[in-house]
Amino acid sequence: MTTAVAEPALEEDDLLPAAADDQDIPVPPGAPRALLGSLLAPHRRRIAVAVLTVLVQQATLQAGPLLVALAIDRGIPALRDHDAGPLIAVTAAYLGCALVATLLQRSFIRYAARINQDILLDLRGRIFRHAQRLSLDFHERYTSGRIISRATSDVDTLRELLAEGLQELLMVCLSVGYITVVLCLMDWRLGLAALVSFLPMYLIIRSFRRRSQQVYRRSRTAVAALIVRFTETMNGIRPVQAFRRESANNRAFDTVNQQSATATADGLLEMARYVFLSRMTANTWITGVVVLGALLVSDGSLELGVLTAFVLYLRRLYDPIDQLAMFLNSYQSAAAALEKMAGLLAHEPSVPEPAEPTPLPAATGKGREVAFRGTRFAYANGKEILPEFDLVLPAGQTTAVVGATGAGKSTLAKLLARFYDPTAGTVTLDGVDLRALTTADLRADVVMVTQESFLFSGTVAENIAVGKPDATRSEIEAAARAIGAHEFIAALPDGYDTDVRKRGGRISAGQRQLVAFARALLADPAVLILDEATSSLDVPGEQAVQHAMQTVLAGRTAVIIAHRLSTVEIADRVLVMDQGRVVEDGTPAALIAGEGRFATLHQTWKDSLV
Amino acid sequence: MAENQNPAPPTPAESNTPSTGDIGSSPESVPRSPVRSLLRLWPYAREARWRIFGSMAAAGLASLSVLAVPIVLRGIVDGPIAHHDLAGLWPLAAALLVLGLAEACLFGVRRIIVARPLAKVETRLRGDLFAKLQRLPISFHDRWPSGQLLSRATSDLFVMRLFLAFPLVFLVVNSTVFLTGTVLMFTLDWRLALITLVPAVPLMVYTRRFEAGYSAASRLAQDQNGDLATVVEESVLGIRILKAFGRHRTMAEEFRRHSAALRDTELRKAGLLGNLWAAIVGLPELALGAALATGAVLVAHDELSVGTLVAFLSTALALRWPVESIGWLLGFAAEAASAANRYFEVMDEPEPADVPPAPRGAGRYPHSGDAPADDRGIRFTGVRFRYPDAPAGTPDLLAGIDLHIRPGETLALVGATGSGKTTLTALLPRLYEPTAGSITLDGTDIRDLSREELRREVAVAFEEPTLFSATVRENVLMGAPNADEQRLARALDTAQAGFVDRLPEGLDTEVGEQGLSLSGGQRQRLALARAVVGEPRFLVLDDPLSALDVHTEALVERALRQVLSDTTALVVAHRPSTVLLADRVALLADGRITAVGTHQELLQSCPAYRALMSGESELEGALAR
Ligand SMILES: Nc1ncnc2c1ncn2[C@@H]1O[C@H](COP(=O)(O)OP(=O)(O)O)[C@@H](O)[C@H]1O
Ligand SMILES: Nc1ncnc2c1ncn2[C@@H]1O[C@H](COP(=O)(O)OP(=O)(O)O)[C@@H](O)[C@H]1O
Ligand SMILES: [Mg+2]
Ligand SMILES: [Mg+2]
Repeated sequence: MTTAVAEPALEEDDLLPAAADDQDIPVPPGAPRALLGSLLAPHRRRIAVAVLTVLVQQATLQAGPLLVALAIDRGIPALRDHDAGPLIAVTAAYLGCALVATLLQRSFIRYAARINQDILLDLRGRIFRHAQRLSLDFHERYTSGRIISRATSDVDTLRELLAEGLQELLMVCLSVGYITVVLCLMDWRLGLAALVSFLPMYLIIRSFRRRSQQVYRRSRTAVAALIVRFTETMNGIRPVQAFRRESANNRAFDTVNQQSATATADGLLEMARYVFLSRMTANTWITGVVVLGALLVSDGSLELGVLTAFVLYLRRLYDPIDQLAMFLNSYQSAAAALEKMAGLLAHEPSVPEPAEPTPLPAATGKGREVAFRGTRFAYANGKEILPEFDLVLPAGQTTAVVGATGAGKSTLAKLLARFYDPTAGTVTLDGVDLRALTTADLRADVVMVTQESFLFSGTVAENIAVGKPDATRSEIEAAARAIGAHEFIAALPDGYDTDVRKRGGRISAGQRQLVAFARALLADPAVLILDEATSSLDVPGEQAVQHAMQTVLAGRTAVIIAHRLSTVEIADRVLVMDQGRVVEDGTPAALIAGEGRFATLHQTWKDSLV
Repeated sequence: MAENQNPAPPTPAESNTPSTGDIGSSPESVPRSPVRSLLRLWPYAREARWRIFGSMAAAGLASLSVLAVPIVLRGIVDGPIAHHDLAGLWPLAAALLVLGLAEACLFGVRRIIVARPLAKVETRLRGDLFAKLQRLPISFHDRWPSGQLLSRATSDLFVMRLFLAFPLVFLVVNSTVFLTGTVLMFTLDWRLALITLVPAVPLMVYTRRFEAGYSAASRLAQDQNGDLATVVEESVLGIRILKAFGRHRTMAEEFRRHSAALRDTELRKAGLLGNLWAAIVGLPELALGAALATGAVLVAHDELSVGTLVAFLSTALALRWPVESIGWLLGFAAEAASAANRYFEVMDEPEPADVPPAPRGAGRYPHSGDAPADDRGIRFTGVRFRYPDAPAGTPDLLAGIDLHIRPGETLALVGATGSGKTTLTALLPRLYEPTAGSITLDGTDIRDLSREELRREVAVAFEEPTLFSATVRENVLMGAPNADEQRLARALDTAQAGFVDRLPEGLDTEVGEQGLSLSGGQRQRLALARAVVGEPRFLVLDDPLSALDVHTEALVERALRQVLSDTTALVVAHRPSTVLLADRVALLADGRITAVGTHQELLQSCPAYRALMSGESELEGALAR
């Protein structure tokens, strides 16, 4: 049943342009099934117990009719002879069975839910952790919406399968197996005739699986596309409203919404087709067997009673068709989702964790030396941004990087923070290649304040504590004070406990930068990278930060990217970048005294000041 | 069953990510009966009503044909086969075949006729939600975590559609079957029927209790699902921060906490469901045991025939599925009801009033020429504003803004970080509404314009240059969908966005989610191009050059000055260089405009301004040390 799941996702490109990216993630053959296997494996024992519970429960439940027969055949005659014993015994047995069946039903539901939920917890965690492990170049393409859909709506389909599907499959197998055996024992010729019906049934199921597989894939893709649109619109609601994009967005959303509706309806229609075909086959077969049986009876080779019983059982043989349909439905849906999830999980980060990490030399308290050697870099989709270069930043030095926007300053910084690995050459920290450091070691020593000061929803204190999760409140306040953020934070409704809301929307842009800065200070790294960390601050605020930096940067290697040249003045060294190359390199004083770009820039800037 | 005894649902607010617990219109405050909640789906389901009824009818007929088949079978066995009358076999066999085919068709039809309409119902619900969310004010979006909105648009709608497709149909069909069966049982023997029905009373009482508990648990689970989506979204959008600080573990821990909470709720639901199933399966079965014993006694005393007893018991057994299914259906209905509640919570949010848009061309908007000279341009009169969640007792953030920007003038707005500059600019396109006072454009109060018209006149470049995952062209043309290539080129020129030609696919390069495959300055310039491409009459630029280097900044300024020469513009500025773009400068402090004048004038006359522009006081302090 699972073979077809392994086939890689195909016809998706004709569906949605936005979803075409899904193809960038190849699904290794067998991965979805392996994923399912690895999810179920740890619970093998508990699943067996659950299966056993159902078996016993069904057995007690099936005992009912038998006991009724006993009551009538034995209990009543005995009662007529004034012997209430047998009836009492049968009734007691009946009640006992009912009680046991009830209790087993209850425990099965609870027990199965426990297994299911543990599996889902595991799966959600895996997807989440894996998404976190994946590198930035991946996230830039994949979009948050798709990851959300993997971790929520795709997981939900598996929940459906586990919650109902497995129990259904079990029942189907049980009753089909049981009845088939009974039929064959009753009369082998009729039994064989009944068995033959499994062939068309199999074909119908196979065709359903084939056809619905495409449909469910489309459905998963469409749902992901919906989520992508939805999240992006809600995240950009200000520009959306300000630029009157509502109706255009509605139209675009409508398209994906329709696609999802079509896929959903197609799935339902496939189901209908399956139910219709299989019911028809079953009912035709029943008629056929009845006729055959009648003929056999009339030529005397079959007893009437056997035929009667046979026909009754035969009908029950096909009863689970609906249940099987439900199972197949959730199975197909989950299979399509598993495929997507397995694809995500099989994607390896392009910035991997080292297999054999190298420890850093002990900290000296003076910062660490950073060296780029023969380094080149190009983003995955484009031309080279940083041509080959060598650069050494001695421990404890504060280096300012200036240059036109798009010159590659942030890219350089991101290589140093190992957001990306260089396409050639190395980046080393105290002589150790960044690629050989564990994430923990690297992040403990190298921290970057990115150009986008992203805050998480949660309190100010929590946001600062991202720099050091176990920080005490006084440490947090000290970090905020150091850069002059304390005053505004204290003035917020709940001070440090004010919820800044999604993306920190509760506070102003400059305040967000201060919080992001405080966060980096709290982390107390040996190498600190500031990428335009004060660009939204007012001049006094920026000066306060600069003033603070003179103390804060002592004992650290620092890289400061800034356009306000006032920032540069506190640096020991200035790099001027142009089109990915370092074109000037020297102390601020030397460069200002010279005739290069920096001198010109500096002059322009001086002129712009009051 | 202990779980049911305290129906108070824990609020999802116990987590530190905001969830619905933080939201004013807390769901717990308005308990609705599940039926009432589900009835609200009617307007959407209305369109599909005949199909749904048809589906019910087909399901009902199919159940009947299922009952008819045994009769025909009996006919075959008792008639042709028993009498070795092969000729009589064929018509009955044909009848059997026809019944079987009819049954198959009915089963198919039941599904086929609702497939597309119900998918469409879901689509319409979702489309309406999306449209509604886009109309709701920014203050709403400030309050609501996006995952909560998303989960409403996906999993909640899914549950609602599923409810319309199956449980609703079966709720009706199975109840009918159950009632028919009950009547049948009464006609067979009323005493036994009464015994069999005894459990109905405790079951009904229990079911009500179950509904309450299960609804609350479903609601909680749905909210937690929303929280989970929020955490995932934040963890991806904030991936740079998490990577920069190596905090993926902390975040994974947070995620685990949320998903563990969800698991606990799901287990609570399963516990409730388990109890319900036990009650629904067990009680009737016990009653049946009692009926069996009583029936046997009655038969022994010849008050009942064996045949009737058998008929009675098989009828009762046949009703097992309809009764059992009620458990499943009720659970589903409760879930769908709380999903519907969540959905309508958002749909019921009041939308800000809006005047209907005037027909194109015939705008109410008076052209500058018509207004008295004094009214022209942008005028703020006594504008006050405070965010809805500002703590009581604090002064308004904007406490009486009086400001006039003359037509064609560029006014720079300066003020300390957090003084309310961005807030002030957001009032102009009515992203927020002033709490008092008025804003006029060329003499027309902005409240007398439809938002559509207003926003056509006013273009904004936001402080954070939010781009969308689309091509550069699409991002820029958001500002003016009908602009031609020439205007596009001009806008890109103004913003000094020549870099787009060097992108891999030029104007058709995808910029990635939030434009993150561009450098900060490139993003900002595209956002600027987007604001100017429509050649709006009023332009708001919120710190538009903060990510530009000095050189590019000068170029952009030079180009902007041209554009701004006949545009009325409000430019938020931090630095002297940007201020120089403007004709005049206004200083925002303590919620008021405390000084207006040219840059030079203010430098001379206003120490606060001087301090803000040069950080002089700080510098002096530093030098004095
Ligand atoms: N994630 C990315 N994917 C592809 N190209 C990128 C990405 N980030 C930046 N670029 C490109 O690399 C160049 C350098 O960008 P960046 O280093 O951010 O410049 P800046 O000096 O302004 O910080 C730009 O042309 C930009 O378009
Ligand atoms: N959405 C919001 N909800 C509540 N308070 C806000 C919101 N946005 C900003 N604030 C508060 O209003 C003040 C002014 O913010 P803002 O207008 O962004 O300042 P700026 O002058 O730096 O642009 C800040 O103190 C901030 O905390
Ligand atoms: Mg940059
Ligand atoms: Mg601002």
